Amino acid sequence: MGFLSLDGLTKLYGDVAAVSDVHLSVAKGEFISLLGPSGCGKTTTLQMIAGLVEPTSGRIMLDGRDITHEKPDRRGLGIVFQSYALFPHMTVAQNVSFGLEMRKVPRAERDARVKQALVLVQLAALADRYPRQLSGGQRQRVAVARALVIDPPVLLLDEPLSNLDAKLREEMQFELRGIQQRIGTTTIMVTHDQGEALSMSDRVVVMEQGRIMQVDAPYRLYESPATPFISSFVGKMNRLPGVWGRSGFESNGRVLPCNGAGLTEGASAVLAIRPEKITLTSSGAGVLDGRVKARFFLGSAWFFTLETDAGLIGVSLPNAGEEPPREGDPVGLDWSKSSAKAAKPEGAQPA
Amino acid sequence: MNSARASTTPWLLAAPGALLFTALVLVPLGLTLILSFHVYDAASGVKDETTLAHYIATLSDGYFLNIFWRTLRLAALTTLICALIGAPEAYILSRMREPWRSIFLLAIIGPLLVSVVVRAFGWSMLLGPTGLVNEAFRAFGPGTVKILYTETAIVIALVHVMLPFMVIPVWTSLQKLDPMVEAAAWTLGASRFTALRRVVLPQVTMGILSGSLVVFGLSASAFAIPALLGGRRLKMAATLVYDEYMHELNWPLGAAIAILVLIINLVIMLAYQRVVEARARRTLG
Repeated sequence: MGFLSLDGLTKLYGDVAAVSDVHLSVAKGEFISLLGPSGCGKTTTLQMIAGLVEPTSGRIMLDGRDITHEKPDRRGLGIVFQSYALFPHMTVAQNVSFGLEMRKVPRAERDARVKQALVLVQLAALADRYPRQLSGGQRQRVAVARALVIDPPVLLLDEPLSNLDAKLREEMQFELRGIQQRIGTTTIMVTHDQGEALSMSDRVVVMEQGRIMQVDAPYRLYESPATPFISSFVGKMNRLPGVWGRSGFESNGRVLPCNGAGLTEGASAVLAIRPEKITLTSSGAGVLDGRVKARFFLGSAWFFTLETDAGLIGVSLPNAGEEPPREGDPVGLDWSKSSAKAAKPEGAQPA
Repeated sequence: MNSARASTTPWLLAAPGALLFTALVLVPLGLTLILSFHVYDAASGVKDETTLAHYIATLSDGYFLNIFWRTLRLAALTTLICALIGAPEAYILSRMREPWRSIFLLAIIGPLLVSVVVRAFGWSMLLGPTGLVNEAFRAFGPGTVKILYTETAIVIALVHVMLPFMVIPVWTSLQKLDPMVEAAAWTLGASRFTALRRVVLPQVTMGILSGSLVVFGLSASAFAIPALLGGRRLKMAATLVYDEYMHELNWPLGAAIAILVLIINLVIMLAYQRVVEARARRTLG
């Protein structure tokens, strides 16, 4: 039994299930991400944990206590809202202090804890500013400090980085994770950004249409996605159509190396391989020949779109400091057997 | 574009509005001001001599001062009641779902489409000795109560007429509020009431203050409602001016009262406006 557990949690709006039958057990100190496209029910799930949305059925247990129907002000959870929801008429210090005031913490202790929280998020110098005088990143830190100062058993983050620009978002990812690891607060983050979910969490919960599709460590989620949806939502994935022949996966009469299980001979199949698992060699030296259709320079890597007999294939290569093949150049594609997986075309589970 | 033309363009664009304002507001106001210094003789009417007698008479006569005091008192009371009803009303409205929100908003704003005179007559029928309200009083309790032609009747009707002017600015400032801010207060341990008091109310203060300004100004200069529901004896500033003009035919005295009422109103509202602006600077930047 986890520190926080969701037990068959369901939310219906009319006949539509925003969240259906969600089971999840979160260990103390764990950082969990709820990942999914918009409308997948991840935010509704978070709001049910926060007490802002009443579940239709199911149970929420926190540290052995049933909090399913408890009012939000009694749960004592720390929440960072997507819009930050700072109190615009209060200074940074007053914002952070609000939760302590509500808990009737004595003045002296309150001031000390507010200061400590602001030091934690590196905002001690701006305690007397109003939210409107702060940048997006600073507001976000205030929201984090305000949520953490009350020593919540669980910290809930609702798309905490989505309002920041790309560079700041990356910095805050590491910073948020750093803070979380330092103070060890159990954290649940909602995000639609797979990069965020993968880089920050201990475990990622992928949701689709109100259901949990897979719960796994980021690395395992990436390497063995449970469904085709997850494989293309988390990272990029090439899918090559073909048939499962006697000697393995065949596409246009050419046998391509891959693992496959549970496939019957002669049945159609799809080969799935990630762009970064493919290497380029000279034409004829690889398992498949192709021609560069387009290439994109991403700084740390090159991304190629290649025309092959098996269809269009995306390939990602680390930037080695030399100019790689140009558009129109013939190339060979190579990959190891273990990095590609074949599966039935629809709704099937790759091995 | 040459600079001479650039500098005259704004003036040309503002000219039609300025002309209209001058012709319809400033000129009559100037004429009223001049008129208020003229001597009036009951036998021969307005004379060409000037005097301060009307101002002295108005400011030294308890009868007039009493009416001024009543005007300010009822306007302030109306403003207070409008704030007490209008602010919660706007809040409830902002939390309603469609289509109810539109329906109730229409119910609040709709009466603006009906003439104040018609609404005042409506209230006089409801509040009269044989009106619906007194029928109910007779049936359920205190018996006949004199409401019509009292200050109570004036305040009731004024509140009814002025409420939209309070609800709309508060509603507007509520619209600007992030609904999650209130939720944030709950999650930090604030009860619903505390969240309203500490988080929502301070942010709609501006709406309440500007609504108050409008309601006070309109109430203090209201004519139809005090005229129809206050009766002949219970006068307010606007009805007093009307009577001096139309019944006493003492136009200069009426003009003097009108100017005084204008000045008092202006002073109160400007002072209030300063308070509002100082507060706005402090909380909203």
